Amino acid sequence: MRVTMTINGQQRSDEVEDRMLLVHYLREVAQLTGTHVGCETSLCGACTVLMNGKAVKSCTVLAAQADGAQITTVEGLAKDGELHPVQEGFWEEHGLQCGFCTPGMLMLATDLLSRNPDPSEADIRHALDGNLCRCTGYQHIINAVQYAARKMRGDARKSA
Amino acid sequence: MAAAVVPKFVGTRVKRREDPRLISGNGTYVDDVKLPGMLSMVILRSPYGHAKINSINVEAARKIPGVVAVVTGEDLKGKLGSLTTAAPAEHIPYHPPLAQGRVRFVGEAVVAAIATDPYKAQDALDAVEIDYDPLPVISDPEKALEDGAPIIHEEFKTNISTRAQVASGDIDGAMRSADRVIKFRLVNQRLAPVPMEPRGAVAQWNQGSGQLTLWSSTQGPHLLRSYLAEILKLPENRMRVIAPEVGGGFGAKLNVYAEEVLAGYLAMTLKHPIKWVERRRENLATNTHGRDQIVYVEAPVKNDGTLLGLKAKFICDAGAYLQLLTPLIPGFSGMMMTGCYKVPAMAFEQLVVFTNKMAPDAYRGAGRPEACYIAERTMDMVALELNLDPAEVRRKNFIPKEAFPAQIPSGLVYDSGDYAAALDKALKIIDYPKLRAEQAEARKQGRYIGIGLCSYVEICGIGPSAMLPPTMKGGGWESATIRMEPDCKVTVLTGVSPHGQGQETSFAQMIADEFGIGIDDVTVLHGDTAIVQYGTGTFGSRGTSVGGAALMMATQKLQAKMKKIASTMMETPPDQIVFHQGTMALASDLSKSIPMQKVVDAAYGYKVPIPGVEPGLNESAFYEPTACTFPFGTHACVVEVDPDTGVVKFLRYVAVDDCGRVINPLLVEGQVHGGIAQGIAQALYEEVIYDENGQLLTATLMDYAVPKAEMLPHYELDSTVTPSPVNPLGIKGVGEAGTIGSTPCVVNAVHDALKPFGIKNLDMPLKPERIWRAIKSARKA
Amino acid sequence: MFPARFQYHRAGSVKEALGMLQQFGDDAKLLSGGHSLLPMMKLRLAQPAHLVDIGGINDLVGIREEGGKIVIGGATIHDQVAGSAVIRSKLGLLAECAAAIGDIQVRNRGTIGGSLAHSDPAADYPAAIQALEGEIRLESGSGARTVKANDFFVDLMTTAIKPGEILTSVSFTPHTARTGYTYLKHRQPASGFAVVGVAALVTLDTKGNCERVRVGITGLGPKAFRATAVESALTGKKPEAATIGQAAAHAADGIDALADIHASAEFRAELARVYTRRALQQAISTIKV
Repeated sequence: MRVTMTINGQQRSDEVEDRMLLVHYLREVAQLTGTHVGCETSLCGACTVLMNGKAVKSCTVLAAQADGAQITTVEGLAKDGELHPVQEGFWEEHGLQCGFCTPGMLMLATDLLSRNPDPSEADIRHALDGNLCRCTGYQHIINAVQYAARKMRGDARKSA
Repeated sequence: MAAAVVPKFVGTRVKRREDPRLISGNGTYVDDVKLPGMLSMVILRSPYGHAKINSINVEAARKIPGVVAVVTGEDLKGKLGSLTTAAPAEHIPYHPPLAQGRVRFVGEAVVAAIATDPYKAQDALDAVEIDYDPLPVISDPEKALEDGAPIIHEEFKTNISTRAQVASGDIDGAMRSADRVIKFRLVNQRLAPVPMEPRGAVAQWNQGSGQLTLWSSTQGPHLLRSYLAEILKLPENRMRVIAPEVGGGFGAKLNVYAEEVLAGYLAMTLKHPIKWVERRRENLATNTHGRDQIVYVEAPVKNDGTLLGLKAKFICDAGAYLQLLTPLIPGFSGMMMTGCYKVPAMAFEQLVVFTNKMAPDAYRGAGRPEACYIAERTMDMVALELNLDPAEVRRKNFIPKEAFPAQIPSGLVYDSGDYAAALDKALKIIDYPKLRAEQAEARKQGRYIGIGLCSYVEICGIGPSAMLPPTMKGGGWESATIRMEPDCKVTVLTGVSPHGQGQETSFAQMIADEFGIGIDDVTVLHGDTAIVQYGTGTFGSRGTSVGGAALMMATQKLQAKMKKIASTMMETPPDQIVFHQGTMALASDLSKSIPMQKVVDAAYGYKVPIPGVEPGLNESAFYEPTACTFPFGTHACVVEVDPDTGVVKFLRYVAVDDCGRVINPLLVEGQVHGGIAQGIAQALYEEVIYDENGQLLTATLMDYAVPKAEMLPHYELDSTVTPSPVNPLGIKGVGEAGTIGSTPCVVNAVHDALKPFGIKNLDMPLKPERIWRAIKSARKA
Repeated sequence: MFPARFQYHRAGSVKEALGMLQQFGDDAKLLSGGHSLLPMMKLRLAQPAHLVDIGGINDLVGIREEGGKIVIGGATIHDQVAGSAVIRSKLGLLAECAAAIGDIQVRNRGTIGGSLAHSDPAADYPAAIQALEGEIRLESGSGARTVKANDFFVDLMTTAIKPGEILTSVSFTPHTARTGYTYLKHRQPASGFAVVGVAALVTLDTKGNCERVRVGITGLGPKAFRATAVESALTGKKPEAATIGQAAAHAADGIDALADIHASAEFRAELARVYTRRALQQAISTIKV
């Protein structure tokens, strides 16, 4: 079947098998390999992308279901060579080690910050329910999200 | 003064140079490698813990559109070597990459399908028909030792793979002279490492050059090459292993697996690049697991809490086949089980036992978490039985700081330490006396608060080659090459293979300081056997202490050469020249300098030959550590147990770690955080469960509880700094410390909370139901 | 990770979807958000030949008030229910329960109709649907019918939906005055599903006695149920701690509790009693008389 979607601002249209998952479409057809596959059970969140502005697990969406959608992947976060505040936060606060869960974390964080511009540590921990990280123990990820929140609120205060 | 050069980067919180590519989706992990004509391999695995394979019918599978090949163990007979272990063992089973005639654990590879994409390869596997005869299963290692137990490898006539016995001092005398001998059984349950990136391999065969290239998600590309070359019967110089971006390993990727062999072999025979990417179910079933030791402990003590000795009998699960280091890991547990304590006598006996399960092997801490668990549960058991304060029992038995270097009964020599200082600091941070008062008050109100301590010591920087089995390829040394390029930029090739630890940054910090250049002037390359000289790899918290020391050796060679060149240009003896802000300067007067570029030009240009100096600026070194390092620290935590549900809630978590000298505190914090998370996971959440039929009940992440952010506490970190005298950097290593210190800390805290119920010794993971049941039966009694 | 082959059909309307169901019969499965079905298909535990996607049907999405009821379209995602101003102010228990489902990404895709039709014994929604006495509208080629929550959940992953029917909406009576509620769950640590989840809804009369008590429990048995023994033990009584405790002690009465590696039947039953007691206490504590 033919699917058409706008990925990181660029529209594309491809013939795919009906059964193809969105994550495979992004990685294999659109050649955007920043989105990762970490589990088979919609649990780890490594495959998180924004679909029409909302974080979704692209391993649990068919490419067919995303027909007509706007998709943002990690490759689409930076604008004009400038890092998105969540990317900056993860870099500044050592929010990643092996980097495999990171794209999903970044996409989830953008969704979270669009709902809650000033999340507490508890808010962030709760919001991370659908994203596993095995390296960081999460604390630096929480700092990273708070860094991004401050930056997006235009608050110049340095991190604690 | 030759000390004119002040470190600018070492010791500071430099943000990582790895990150820009990883936060933008530009990292290349194995699954991101795409080659023309590449085919996908998917593996069909045994659904039985133990069964005879009567027949495999792949005819229908081969006819599925897009399917290129369907391969069974029979097809490979005689063509490939056996997967093997690097450690010595009495009985080492034959381990073919695809099962031949019999399967011995759930998940064992049976059939490989190769197709144009993984969907079609999976379609093929759905069409494979296998006739199995189930055989009796052994999933409990203690039952495997019973008379009449089914034998997993009949040729050995026993389920014991290997055994060890170590004794030192007069343990029988200690038992006789003790006021009490405290006896208990500890279980270090089986864990799954679960790196977020599952494993994967891409193999490409160049028929013309006869060269095989294998991208693998591995922690040790050179070791992998050596073993694979042997199994595939290829010369090592015709085989290139690339560890691209590796998404975590934790020991599970320090191995040689069937799929790497299969991908290599099938790329060579099908003349197509082959990609295999593990699915999470495969990861949970067939990556090496960790721990899985049952230990019977006997601790002779005096009534004042003095430990007179320690005796342990270990039953260690080996799974069905031995993986690379399976028989080696328990040795670390035995050798380190006396922990931070002066113990005059010790003895242990170990049985490593086959079962119908996946093999355990290195998992973050690799033998030392088990050792620390023995030592630290012993301390709390002693305190409980003798009604002493657990902090005081520790203090009484610590090896005193004056005793270092200190030889312990197992023969290991602890390099340096001040255990009481770390304990004191942790107690001060949590305000121990006040906490004890609050705990007493809470108990009156029916609230169950527990305070847990763990003073750990572990073994890092592995290590002198003699620490590793003589049968193992490679050694305990590490290598580095440093190259000053013609434009004055530095390229480092390290033999370690970082996959999250951050040595691209920490090594650049060291080199930038050494040459007085910027961090961005340094590039650190690793993980490609065609680029990097032979190396041992990243494991055992050795990357910075051993790999970094090798790099410093190579750097000193390069600097000596550059000084020699500069000395002829500056007409000054080499030993009076220092590197300073892009120049080579007179140590006594930094304003008297020449640009480093001029020295580099002279080395590469070589227009006027310098006597006794070869052209070029490229130096290598192989560093053999003289000894291991022994990081230590004290973790302290406060938990509250809900007696109605058995749920454990964290109130505080404090870690005081001593990893010697620190290159980058930000990276050290990250290592400690992640380590603590994994240790807490063992204490409270994680457990690989096989049922009595060998079925894996924790087969997906829907059942294997890798902790989420909400399940973990906020960590409060502090440190003491006791440099290690064994390496030139004073570094001890920190990759596993958090994991080792946290598990007993949390388990001790939960038991402390449960003390009013008289509950003494529950097994991990301390799941709500286990705690609830213990409380319930205590209330009945 | 790689589903078996199927044909995908996107329905533009309920009518079109019903036509497709009729055409493909047993070979077809409905797809809404896909968060129950696709995980099964990725493991090849489900291999339907046809998928009829009803997630894009506008009529099935949204929340509206109609004749004193609140009606939620079957393809409305959890996030919309959790965040809806109408639901939060008039049907707070449902908002709270929706917010407890899975994680942000799951709530952004999973739908109320999909969750109910799948009827996982550990799903969160059914507890609230039971406590709120939701009414489930099922449409087929031959018309529509409404099924009460209590009749909807039949057994383990079995509902009253007949072949050829589509769950188009769920409707609820809004909370009345002097009503308190909460949804509490003991999370399965790996999956985030409920080992036991309790939705409690209590209305007090003007004297402060329990006028109406509703308790829906998920996770304990093969299907979510209303703990009527708890409800009747508390109704008409003053909500004192001892009374609540005595009522909650009936939470698992007559239920054949499930058991797995995360909780035995005995422990699940105890969790049901403890969480019922706590949920009732918490619900009542929020009521302003």
